[in-house]
Amino acid sequence: MFMRWFHELGSPPYFYRFAGRLIPWLGGLCLVLLVTGLYLGLIVAPSDYQQGESYRIIYIHVPSAWMSLFIYVVMAACGAIALIWRMKLAEVVAISSAPVGASFTFLALVTGSLWGKPMWGTWWVWDARLTSELLLLFLYLGVIALYSAIEDKRQAARAASILAIVGVVNIPLIHYSVEWWNTLHQGPTVTKFDAPSIDVRMLVPLLIMALAFKLFYIVNMLMRARCELLSRERNSRWVAELAEADHG
Amino acid sequence: MSDLSLRSAFAVLLKRDLVLAYRRRAEIANPLLFFILITALFPLGLGSNKPMLQAVGPGVIWVAALLAALLSLDGMFRSDFEDGSLEQLMLSSHPVSLLVVAKISAHWLVTGLPLVVVAPLLGVLLSLPGDAIAVLVLTLLLGTPILSLIGAVGVALTVGLRRGGIILSLLVLPLYVPVLIFASDAVSTAAAGIPITAQLYIIGAMLVLALSLAPLATAASLRVSLS
Repeated sequence: MFMRWFHELGSPPYFYRFAGRLIPWLGGLCLVLLVTGLYLGLIVAPSDYQQGESYRIIYIHVPSAWMSLFIYVVMAACGAIALIWRMKLAEVVAISSAPVGASFTFLALVTGSLWGKPMWGTWWVWDARLTSELLLLFLYLGVIALYSAIEDKRQAARAASILAIVGVVNIPLIHYSVEWWNTLHQGPTVTKFDAPSIDVRMLVPLLIMALAFKLFYIVNMLMRARCELLSRERNSRWVAELAEADHG
Repeated sequence: MSDLSLRSAFAVLLKRDLVLAYRRRAEIANPLLFFILITALFPLGLGSNKPMLQAVGPGVIWVAALLAALLSLDGMFRSDFEDGSLEQLMLSSHPVSLLVVAKISAHWLVTGLPLVVVAPLLGVLLSLPGDAIAVLVLTLLLGTPILSLIGAVGVALTVGLRRGGIILSLLVLPLYVPVLIFASDAVSTAAAGIPITAQLYIIGAMLVLALSLAPLATAASLRVSLS
């Protein structure tokens, strides 16, 4: 039953309709979570005893940084699926993830440097985590550039998938950089599940924001995937029928 | 062709690439001259202040080595791709990932090894102390094969493109950064008289990792590029 649904999902017209129905619901939920998270984080949560009010950028910075890693892993996993099983949809998902991931990485870098100015007294330091996050941005840009440089889009997607998989070596480096090297960037305060060293009233909005960002990624990726599918399959019958239904 | 053992196929391919390189000596000398020239530009641009040159020397030499490696990469598969011998290679009964290692080894022997040989001279030009020069040679010996191996993946991905050069640097340079960081750190640490076993182990580990995974990725990329 599940496998059948999974196979159906792999067919472009089915996925196109399925994603189209899913987008408004997920988008609505994302909006609600985003507003709740921002309200709880910016207004309700107490201010930090060391950093005062300026710590509140954490509600954008940390979820973006998490997403920058998460999306890369999703992209590489989809790339592996695309290479092994030649699944068209996995190619489309991998490629549609790249620009969203690059944007989140950029956002994490920008908010990080805005946060660093009042806290560390500098916009940028060449420490391990900042450098590896910057490398992640270049990896994303490399995937996007390689994909757009190759004419044949199926071949392009497979080449970009290989590059994404090769770049995965950078992910553990970023994740553990603050634990392996003693740098200016603070250590993790949330993922220590036994006893998070962050107040619950700060933790809850952070997790809500993380969920909202995740939903935002899914919605944005599905929209891009739908466009990508339409442009790839523009010569097929289901797209022609869709266009006709739109006109008539 | 089928009665050729893997070992002799590897040797034949290596010898062919070396002979081809030997017949185009001038082309092979270019990355080396580039390496020397880039390094020589820094004292001219920054002034001949000795402590400053010692401080920036390791980084400058390693960045120049990175750029020289990048410059030489395009030749690894380009001519074979254009005359069709790369397709013949893919049709061979032996695993492509191992044959690719022969091509990468040839590439390193003609472009990486010369960099290692002239590096002491550049170390002297930038007035590095003797210990640091020895470490510089050691890190280049460990590091330049990594540059050839990672570069092979990038070249294999872009060999079908008409203007692969710019994209190649975007793909390959971020992956080169860890080597650059640990290698130049090892040389500056050695210049300060502190032991550098940790950095050497990490570069060695990166070499083993690259040697075991990059040929597989290169073979897969070549299959995509030739499809």
